Amino acid sequence: MAAPPAIELAGLTRRYGERDALAEVTLTLPAGATLVVFGPNGAGKTTLLRVLATLLRPHEGAARVLGRELPAESWAVRGRIGLLAHDPLLYRDLSGRENLRYHAALHGAGRERAEFLLDAVGMDRRADEPVRFLSRGMVQRLAVCRAVLHDPDLLLLDEPTSHLDPAAAELVGPLIGRASARTRVVASHDPAGGLAEADLALGLRAGRTALLGPAAGVSPAEVGALYR
Amino acid sequence: MIRVALAVLRKDLLVELRTKESVPAMALFSLVTYVVFRFGLDRTSLEGDLAAGVLVVTLLFAAVLGINRLFVAEREQGGFDAFLLAPVDRSALLVAKALALLVFLVAVEVVAVPAFVVLLLGPAFDPAALVVLALADVGIAVIGTLASALAVQTRARDLIVPLVALPLLVPLVIATAQGLSPLLSEGGGGLDAGWLAVLGLYDTVFVLLSYAVFDFLLED
Amino acid sequence: MLYGKRLRGLAVASALVLSVAFALAFFYAPLDADQGFVQKIFYLHVPMAIVCLGGFIFGGICAIGLLRTGDRKWDLRSYVAIHLSLILGVGVLLTGMIWAKASWGSWWVWEEPTLVAFLVAFLLYATYQPLRFSIEDPEKQARYAAVFAVVAGAFVPLNFLAVRLAESLVHPRVLTATGGTMPGAMRLTFIVAVVGMTGLFVTLWKYEMASKNATFRLRALRRRLGDDELPPARRSAAPAAPS
Repeated sequence: MAAPPAIELAGLTRRYGERDALAEVTLTLPAGATLVVFGPNGAGKTTLLRVLATLLRPHEGAARVLGRELPAESWAVRGRIGLLAHDPLLYRDLSGRENLRYHAALHGAGRERAEFLLDAVGMDRRADEPVRFLSRGMVQRLAVCRAVLHDPDLLLLDEPTSHLDPAAAELVGPLIGRASARTRVVASHDPAGGLAEADLALGLRAGRTALLGPAAGVSPAEVGALYR
Repeated sequence: MIRVALAVLRKDLLVELRTKESVPAMALFSLVTYVVFRFGLDRTSLEGDLAAGVLVVTLLFAAVLGINRLFVAEREQGGFDAFLLAPVDRSALLVAKALALLVFLVAVEVVAVPAFVVLLLGPAFDPAALVVLALADVGIAVIGTLASALAVQTRARDLIVPLVALPLLVPLVIATAQGLSPLLSEGGGGLDAGWLAVLGLYDTVFVLLSYAVFDFLLED
Repeated sequence: MLYGKRLRGLAVASALVLSVAFALAFFYAPLDADQGFVQKIFYLHVPMAIVCLGGFIFGGICAIGLLRTGDRKWDLRSYVAIHLSLILGVGVLLTGMIWAKASWGSWWVWEEPTLVAFLVAFLLYATYQPLRFSIEDPEKQARYAAVFAVVAGAFVPLNFLAVRLAESLVHPRVLTATGGTMPGAMRLTFIVAVVGMTGLFVTLWKYEMASKNATFRLRALRRRLGDDELPPARRSAAPAAPS
C-alpha cells in the first residue's frame, strides 16, 4: 500500500506586510523523496521551510504535511519534523550534551539517543564544553544531532553542509543525507550537488515558482538562471 | 505539560547558574538602591509606611532588571524556535519562565531582605512580612513574564518592559506596602488578612489572564 | 464595512445632545453650595472619564475579537477606540487638575482615588502606541497589541478597585459632585452629558474607521492597477491594511 504524499501544497501563499514572501506555490512530494529548493536570497526558501516546519501559518492556499492539514493539525505533526536552519538553536552557555538533553526532554526522546548521535558525528569527546567555545563546524554537527534527535519522518534542511568540512559532511550523511531514507526538503545554493541528491527540484524567485520538475530533468544551468 | 515546564525551568536555572547574569546584578542593585534611598530620603532608619515603601520599590526595580532578561536568550539563541518545534503545550513556557523569575526573586530576597533589615530597618523584623513578600513575588513573576513576553519581539525591549509592567503592578504595590507597613512598625501590627486577600486575588486574576493570552504571543 | 453611512446623522445628533448638555450645565443645574461655579466642570470631566474608560474596555473587547477570529478589522476597531480614549484621557486629566486647583487649591490631589486610578490606567495605555510602533511585522503588531489591550482592559476595573481600597482607608473623596446624593436636576444634566459624550466618541470612532478604510481601499486599488510609484507603507503604530 502506497504511503500518502509527505507534502502537498496547493497555492500556498505567505505574506510579509504587503509583500508576498511565498506566492501560489503548488507541489506534491512523495514519502521518502527529496525536494531541493533553489533561489537567490530573499526568494522564499527559508519561508517555505518555516511554513513546512509549522512555525509559520499559510495565509492562503492549502498545505498538508505528513497527511495533516496546516495550521489546523500542526500540533499533530510537530514531533515528526526535524528542522536544521541557519540558527543551530543551541544555547551557547550550555554544553552540547546539555543542549541535546534539553531537546530530548522537549521531544520526549531518550538520553541514549543523544549519546548515540554525539558518537555518530564524532562529538562525544567535546560534548561537555559550552557551545560558545566550539568551532562553527562542530556547532553544525551538534545542530544535526538536535534535528534528528526525535527520529523525524520529515527533514527540513537549510544548506545543511555549510560550515562542514568534507570529513564532517560524510559523518552527517547517514543522518540527514539521501542514505537516511527520510523525506527531505533541502534548500541549497549548489546546483549540481543539490540536483544530484534530489528527486524533485523547485526554483523560487521573489516567492514565485520559477522552476518545478523532476530533478533528473533539470540542468544546473537552468538553476543558475534563477540567480540572474 | 508540567514535565515540559520543569525541563525548561531546569534549563533556565542551569543557564543562570552558568552565566550568573541576572541574580547577582539584581541583588547588587538592591544594595545600591538602599544606599541611594538613605541619601535621597536623608534617613538612616526607616519604619512603618516608609520602610514598607522603600522595600517594595527596591524589590520592584530589581525585578525589572530580571524581567528584561527573561526571554532574551530565547530570542537571540533560537530558543523560541526550539520550543515551538516541539510537540508540547505552549503554556509550559509561560509556567517555566514565571517559575524561573520567581526563583530569581526569592534568591535576590535572600540577600536583599536581610540587607534591608541591617542597613535601614529601625524596628525588629517581623517574619510574617515574608508571607506578604511571597505573595507579592508571585504577582511580580506572573506580570513580569507577561510583560517580558510582550516586549521581547519589540525593538525597544528594555524600555517597553518597565512601561508595561509598572502600571500593571501598581495595585500589587499598594497591597504589598499596606500589608508590610504594620509589620515593619515599632510596636507592630499583625498580618492583615484583607491585604493578603487582595494580593491573592490579584495574583489569581493575572495567572488566569496570562494563561489565557500567552499562546497568542507565541503563534505565527 | 461601510462606516460612513449614517455618520452625518450621528454627528449632528451628538453635537446637538452635547450642546443641550452644556446649556443644561450652565443654566439649569443648580450651583453647588461648597464649590460654586467651578463644580460645573464635573459635567465635562466625569462623562469624559466614563466614556474614556468605556472606550478602553471596548478596545479590549474588540481585541478579543481579533484573537478569536484573526480578522484584522477587529484590530482596527480596537486601535481606534484606544487611540480616541487616550485623547479623551488627556482631557480627563486636565479637567481633573483644573477642578482640583479651583476647589482644593493644588493642581493634583492624591486623595481623590478615581483620579489617581485613572492616571495609572492612562500611563499604562500610553504605552500602547510605542508598543505597536516597535513591532514591525503588521500581523504580529496586531496580535501583540490585542494581547496588551485585553490585559489592560481587564486591569482597568481591578486598578480602580485597588486604589479605592487604599485611599478610602485614609481619606474621604474630595472631588465629588455634592456632599451626598445627586439632586434630580444635576442627575438629568449629568446623564445628558454622558449621552452626548458617548455620541461624540462613537461619531469620531466611525469617522476614523471610515477614513482609514478608505485609505486602505485606495492603496489596494493602486496596487492592483500596478502603480509603481506607490511608496512602501511607512512603519507606523496604526494598523496596516488587513490582508
